[in-house]
Amino acid sequence: MKMDKNINVGQPISRLEGKQKVTGTAKYAAEYEVNNLLYAYVVNSTITKGKILSIDTSKALALPGVIEVLSHENRTKLAWFDVQYADMDAPPGTVFKPFYDENILYNGQPIALVVAESFEMARFAATQVTFQYKEEPFKTCLKDNLGLARTAKKGFATALKPPPPPPTGNFEKAYESAAAKVETTYSHGTEHHNPLELFATTTIYQGDGKLTIYDKTQGTINNQLYVANIFGLKYKNVRVLAPFVGGGFGSGLRPQYQLFLCVMAALHLKRNVKLVLERKQMFSFAHRPPTIQNLRFSADINGKLTGLNHSSKSETSSFEDYFEPIASWSHRLYPAPNTLFEQELVPLDVHTPLDMRAPGGSTALHAIECTMDELAYQLKIDPLELRLINYSEMDPSAKKPYTSKALRACYLEAAEKFGWDKRKPEPRSMERGNKLVGYGMATGIWDSLQFPSRVEAMINADGKMVLNNAVTDIGTGTLTVMTQIAADQLGLNMEDVDFQYGDSKKPFSMFQGGSAMTSSTGVAIVVAAKELRKKLLKKAKEMTDSPFKKAEDDQVTFQNGTIFLNSDPNTLVTFKELIAFNKGKTIKTTNMGKPHMLKLKNYSLATHSASFVEVEVDKDLGVVTVTRAVTAVAAGKIINPKTAKSQVYGSMVWGISKALHEETIMDPNLGKYMNSNLGEYHLPVHADIKQLEVIFADEPDELINELGVKGVGEIGLVGMPAAISNAIFHATGKRIYKLPIHFNELI
Amino acid sequence: MNNFEYKQAGNTKNAIELINNTPDAAFVAGGTNLIDLWKYDLTHPSGLIDINHLNENAEITTLKDKKVRLGAAARNADTAYHPIIEGRYPLLSKAILAGASAQIRNMASNGGNLLQRTRCYYFYDADVPCNKREPGSGCPAKEGYNRIHAILGTSEECIAVFPSDMCIALAALEAVVNVSGPNGDRSIPFEDFHRLPGDRPDIDNTLGKGEIITSIDLPEEGFSEHYSYLKLRDRHSYAFALVSVATAFKLNGNVIESARIALGGVSHKPWRSIEAEAFLKDKEATAENFAAAADLILRGAKGFGSNDFKIQLAKKAIIRNGLMALNPESQLPGALPSA
Repeated sequence: MKMDKNINVGQPISRLEGKQKVTGTAKYAAEYEVNNLLYAYVVNSTITKGKILSIDTSKALALPGVIEVLSHENRTKLAWFDVQYADMDAPPGTVFKPFYDENILYNGQPIALVVAESFEMARFAATQVTFQYKEEPFKTCLKDNLGLARTAKKGFATALKPPPPPPTGNFEKAYESAAAKVETTYSHGTEHHNPLELFATTTIYQGDGKLTIYDKTQGTINNQLYVANIFGLKYKNVRVLAPFVGGGFGSGLRPQYQLFLCVMAALHLKRNVKLVLERKQMFSFAHRPPTIQNLRFSADINGKLTGLNHSSKSETSSFEDYFEPIASWSHRLYPAPNTLFEQELVPLDVHTPLDMRAPGGSTALHAIECTMDELAYQLKIDPLELRLINYSEMDPSAKKPYTSKALRACYLEAAEKFGWDKRKPEPRSMERGNKLVGYGMATGIWDSLQFPSRVEAMINADGKMVLNNAVTDIGTGTLTVMTQIAADQLGLNMEDVDFQYGDSKKPFSMFQGGSAMTSSTGVAIVVAAKELRKKLLKKAKEMTDSPFKKAEDDQVTFQNGTIFLNSDPNTLVTFKELIAFNKGKTIKTTNMGKPHMLKLKNYSLATHSASFVEVEVDKDLGVVTVTRAVTAVAAGKIINPKTAKSQVYGSMVWGISKALHEETIMDPNLGKYMNSNLGEYHLPVHADIKQLEVIFADEPDELINELGVKGVGEIGLVGMPAAISNAIFHATGKRIYKLPIHFNELI
Repeated sequence: MNNFEYKQAGNTKNAIELINNTPDAAFVAGGTNLIDLWKYDLTHPSGLIDINHLNENAEITTLKDKKVRLGAAARNADTAYHPIIEGRYPLLSKAILAGASAQIRNMASNGGNLLQRTRCYYFYDADVPCNKREPGSGCPAKEGYNRIHAILGTSEECIAVFPSDMCIALAALEAVVNVSGPNGDRSIPFEDFHRLPGDRPDIDNTLGKGEIITSIDLPEEGFSEHYSYLKLRDRHSYAFALVSVATAFKLNGNVIESARIALGGVSHKPWRSIEAEAFLKDKEATAENFAAAADLILRGAKGFGSNDFKIQLAKKAIIRNGLMALNPESQLPGALPSA
């Protein structure tokens, strides 16, 4: 069965919802104005650890328009078992349960909810609720509590995030006798996701245990199950919608407390309730954990790695074991006969960390690729050359071939575009007026995942196609990309394809994460479209005197909303005619797309990247500017070069941010974050971003899935922080063993 | 954010009457700091006197004696781009444009710029102690994360810095602040307007109760030949200064006839050293002399851990900005270091 292949796929098509977003007509979770709406505002704990002894709500309740103040003292009846609170992304441990009891587990924990007739009154009344606490000593500083380090508990999440593999060879012996060796310690601070859209929920109470919920989330079904399980509602009676999501970056992978509290208030009061968090409260959940990494790499005189040792200690909460792979990445890139990888968690009195764009990988590759850079200087080998000396076509860690790996092309194409050959090898050897100039490079690697996904696809009476899937579009271009894929599968124009999403009522999708949506939903569309084409052809055969009666699958083409015979393109039937023949009834199918586990178990799956960066550093004042950066990405088939490029640009900006700007400051004396606003939590602004270039290396992949796609959401970030750090070293001769790098450290 | 009574003042006299007759009231002009503070529950006035319509204070005018008067109600952006300011007081223009964002500068008033409060993390968090917010409660910044904090003029009680860029230039230019109040009008030399924290860090300045800033006067000398504003911060725009320097010279050849140097980001008020400026008089405008002046300016500077770097950074910034002032063309947008 021929279809008009790749008319839309591969084209740089602008986001279909772009106009709605830039004109403000796209509606987000906080923007649904329904009748009889109440407004809820969260009160957060001002202590870090201890107990609530008493709560005085009298002043708040006396205010006009205040309906209720909820807390652990008067909350509604909730699920009994911990497991009922566990969402699809819950790490091993005891999931955080808002308003469960009087215990305070971290600073900023939600402890009361004020519900009022107006947002303003709810917010003011929240300041009038007073608490008596019994404070207990707390621990919030990673470096002061390394003694608490232990291995992570295993659980459901371990499948996607395995612990480091066992040692190979004899690392200590190899390291001791090596011709070249480098030992480094890198520390990274806490980061918060800070999507532009504040977390918000609007719950519409429909009676009879039925709720319609507009929520800021990366997973509509994840949150539907969470709400139903906790509040004892039927799954089919809980509908979670997220048609537009203003960024997620991982923070929406798990249901956050505003959802829980908003639903609780709606059920308790039997009213429609809206709850919007403020920016400061965006620092009271999900974050990238701080880490301390120790690395020892050894090589022979020719630069061939002989030993890799990577040990990481990272923060988790006192109640859940959040684990992201850090220690094991180097061996997925570089072969070495002796390896030793260790990773431990330090439980502290903070909220549980959560996946944040390239979790683990961006943290690890910074340390790995800076250590490789040091090794290159020691060996007097060009840093790029050292990577090529240690290049592996297969995954040395798993001892399996990659389904595809165009990293070498990434290195060479990006180096060429960047002008790496103009680099003088010595640090502090390049200048431009008052500035020292530095060139740095680094490698990126990231998982290529695919989740099971179900898509319903149909042709309606108007001859147009409608598809349904519960997936969100968190700003990545999912809607556009899925429409492109579906249009080509049925030979339709994109205007005749309506991809409907962001709704838990629609067929299953995992939460949107892991750079996995194009592969997951995209493949499901391919599977469903194939079945739909079959059904359409079958219907065509049933028509009176049908010229298609004897047509085999491969003898027809789907194009422009028609099916025609390859042998005679003028013998055609339109989709519209087919549906009319079907008495106006839609022809539809629902199918599951899933990874080919059996075939793929013999392969490793990964995306790769190479980043090259130029920095200028003021000789006297240390002020750093990333003047140029080129990132080449190998991520299989690129469905939409425009939205994909935007993903990589965004990641590169994030890389600059991670290297030079972003950090949540924990005051260990107070046990709380101090810069919890966007004025003082520094993200780069336009003035910080100069020339960025993105290259997609050609990487055909027949094995990985039906579309040959790998995902581009995170890979662009992974190499950038190390490339920047290495460029700064090249410019200044100063190696800064932490992120972010502050300019004053370069004086 | 509490409910409040809103009143609009028609003129300065009316504004003073309203503020003195409305209990616990605050003036609002651009509101770019007040509304933040209110939302953070750090201030909760029960009355708001809108002074955005005091047209008599909205202009920038040249006075008879060639001084220039900046209306307190004129916006920061309008001031920075005003031909008189760009022509005669380019140091002020550059300093204003180094601050905040375009949107904030469009709203913020000149009077309000002088009255903005510190951005100390601890001051901004109503749930932790802060002597500036609640005298006697303590200062966690001293043992905490004090990267943005003061190295000069600190007290046991407070190490907060005054965050303005505009005021650093106004200090260097020796502006005069004109105020009106229930007891009539008075003029305050810029040096005396902001104060050091001492044992009353809750008081930022010497403006009296019920007084309103009506205008700011700039002296005739605007140092338009040799001037520079340099701002060092953690990103290239929209961040407060870790160290900023306003430098202005009158030169005779390469000999300094008069020098003005004011530092921002290092103290509870714009920091000047009359001694250092006197030292530079009749000296060659060289990096060595700027370094010696920097040592005088920074005498007694003291770090608190995370901000120790500011002492050395300030010295290097004073030297560089001295050199930049000799060639004002070397200034870059965003008050970045010269290329």
